[in-house]
Amino acid sequence: MQEELLRMEGICKTFPGVKALDEAAITVKRGEIHALMGENGAGKSTLMKVLNGLLEPDKGQIWFDGEEIHVENPAAALKKGIAMIYQELNPVRDMTVAENIFLGREFTRGKSFIVDKKKGEEEAKVLLEKFQLDVKPGAKMRGLSIAKMQMIEIVKAVSSGAKLIVMDEPTSSLTDDEIRVLFGKIMELKKEQVSVVYISHRMEEIFEIADTVTVMRDGKFIDTKRIDEIDKNALIHMMVGRELSNIFPKVSIEIKEPLLEVKNLNSRRFSDITFHVRRGEILGFYGLVGAGRSEIFKSIFGMDPYDSGEIVVEGKTVHIKNPHQAIEAGIAMVTEDRKEYGLVLCRSIRENIALPNLDHFKKKLFLDGRKEEKECKSIAEKISVKMSSMSQLAGNLSGGNQQKVVLSKWLMQEPKILVLDEPTRGIDVGAKAEIHSLMCEFAKQGMAIVMISSELPEVMGMSDRIMVMGEGKIKGEFRYGEYSQDEILACALSGKEYVNNEQ
Amino acid sequence: MNNKKAVLSNENIALYLRSYALMGIFLLMCIAFAVASPTFLTMSNIIGVFRQISTNGILAIGMTLVIITGGIDLSIGPLAAIAGVVSAMILEKNPDLFIPAVLSGIVAAAIMSMWTGFLVAKMRIAPFIASLSTMSIAKGIALLIADGVPHTISNESYIKLGNGYLWDPNKTGGLSIPTPVLVIFIVAIVIGIILYKTKYGRHIYAVGGNENAAIASGINAARVKFCTYVLNGLLCGIAGIVLAGRITSGQPTAATGYEMDAITAVIVGGTSMTGGVGKIGGTIIGALIIGVLNNGLILMGVSSYYQQIIKGIIIAVAVLLDMKTKKN
Repeated sequence: MQEELLRMEGICKTFPGVKALDEAAITVKRGEIHALMGENGAGKSTLMKVLNGLLEPDKGQIWFDGEEIHVENPAAALKKGIAMIYQELNPVRDMTVAENIFLGREFTRGKSFIVDKKKGEEEAKVLLEKFQLDVKPGAKMRGLSIAKMQMIEIVKAVSSGAKLIVMDEPTSSLTDDEIRVLFGKIMELKKEQVSVVYISHRMEEIFEIADTVTVMRDGKFIDTKRIDEIDKNALIHMMVGRELSNIFPKVSIEIKEPLLEVKNLNSRRFSDITFHVRRGEILGFYGLVGAGRSEIFKSIFGMDPYDSGEIVVEGKTVHIKNPHQAIEAGIAMVTEDRKEYGLVLCRSIRENIALPNLDHFKKKLFLDGRKEEKECKSIAEKISVKMSSMSQLAGNLSGGNQQKVVLSKWLMQEPKILVLDEPTRGIDVGAKAEIHSLMCEFAKQGMAIVMISSELPEVMGMSDRIMVMGEGKIKGEFRYGEYSQDEILACALSGKEYVNNEQ
Repeated sequence: MNNKKAVLSNENIALYLRSYALMGIFLLMCIAFAVASPTFLTMSNIIGVFRQISTNGILAIGMTLVIITGGIDLSIGPLAAIAGVVSAMILEKNPDLFIPAVLSGIVAAAIMSMWTGFLVAKMRIAPFIASLSTMSIAKGIALLIADGVPHTISNESYIKLGNGYLWDPNKTGGLSIPTPVLVIFIVAIVIGIILYKTKYGRHIYAVGGNENAAIASGINAARVKFCTYVLNGLLCGIAGIVLAGRITSGQPTAATGYEMDAITAVIVGGTSMTGGVGKIGGTIIGALIIGVLNNGLILMGVSSYYQQIIKGIIIAVAVLLDMKTKKN
């Protein structure tokens, strides 16, 4: 029997408003490839960040290589033998391969401070040959493909004596051939008794490479199984198998004519997107991270260009090149990242709400400050933004209230189509419920609503119809009540096309 | 009722304390200098201080706009010089063309600033570098058209712009308002109205505060930036004319190094270098603090070397104060 290398137990971590980890646990054996699975936001990456010392847990214990450890920072983790290869690689691109491999532990000439470049390159060459990588130690990182950079990261981890390597979605930007090479290297690591924690959404990969799989859900440990004891359906069920309580304030509203029709929209990030959304309807867009949902709507809203296709608003084809034209056409978008795209944090609530609506407050050349204050206030009060005054800075509000300010600014536009990208991410439960009620209210007022969300219960609880996306394509379409959680997740994970069951 | 309540919110108190702190520093400095030097509070000295800061004040107002958009403009000195040279040379040809000369000077500066605006807004070059380019080009052009020499101005009205008074101070016992002070007063009010009361002003704050959010709100951020650099160029032109009037000549190397004084006034006045936050009133007080400091230290006979050192310390203190109150 293999000996135990890592054991994490009872790990808790709370972020403002969200319990990211709730008694999470994982046990990894020496020389084992251990898949860590779960939906978006299940806490996989958070757990690994705790292991790597990037996050300090509120509670919990970690044993590694026979002793209990406390990891203060990634450097300390590396010293103990824990290396992490991130989703987004960040090598120093203008330094050479050798310099990157030995970053932070450069060879020096004797006891001096002078870096021994030659020794570094020689050592790097030995390592690269051992891993059969066709890369020159003196080559600049900048010129390498992502796959090669990843390999260099692995070389770096192994050469620093890592006993456990965490890989977070390592294949997300690799081609099939590159994945083959990566898997070959992972198997070699296994032979050398190095353990790998492998985070991925891709089912096929997990069944191909992993020995063991641990499933997490809502920050909790669910189960650990040997890969030969389990099949795909059982795994999906473990990932979503929560009790669905009907906490969503969904009301049935008469759904009328289509307000937005998108036909064969294409760009570099997504292909052949066709869908429509009707007056009074809430259309959910579900998919795993990187499925291309936000990208579609960034293009429709004019923030990114699209290559071909047609966007029709209320029966009229519109050509949208910038957000200004999208707003003119009656589209409003509450973006995923409200701090980056939604709010000017250093300005007041009033100014933020007024920002896209300044024409409305214009009296000849000047702004009518009194009208602005009055109308912005009335809309902010209507959707109950909790604030000390309208001149409070947007940056000083809680996440939920910030989201309400973003909503207020678009509501004043009286849009026909309201796109909400992850509207409740990072928001506490109370504010979440309020935002859900508001969505129903807007639908009732005759808006067409698109909700992009990675939270399956939210998508299922709120949407009249669900479009499921994967790899930049629409994978399937489901109507309210005519599906199970397992079906939707299976659709998002697999390449299988589902039948379009609407007329 | 509601307005009262709004005024008393926490942030507003912090904001008011901040501007009072700035005012407080200014008043304390004045009191200290008044005690140290009997000439400080004389009418002629006070008028002198105001006159001293007028050019820098106008430049600093323009710089405030640029810095609120999140940019910076290093080319303001040469832009002001171009305005002076162009107008002086027109008057050299025909001494009666006062108004056309002044307008041409201002427009010339504004046209030059389009280069910065184009580089920043359209080509997306960092403002520091873009304006460095304009700075060098404008310097060269000023020297080229002036043939490297100063051009004396003899037009009475023009000289009055720099040295005149609203009314004769001799008739009112030394009490009068110098023309440059009137100019900065008008500039401050007009720019203040643009900044606080127009859509464009709001856009300046929004673009500087968060360009992505501004664009996502339907604002043409590139246009806002371009217009701001050109408006700044216009103000440089006005400052250049006032300066040329004061030294009674259009000099191609006038206003060299003025950009640092303008930036200092803006920072001391509480405008955030990262953009999105700033007020014209603050900048004026910032310019006054610098002006009074220079004046007071000269009256006390302190060497100008010390003035430089003290100015440097004031910048650091002002920014620290700014960070403290913002954290609040």
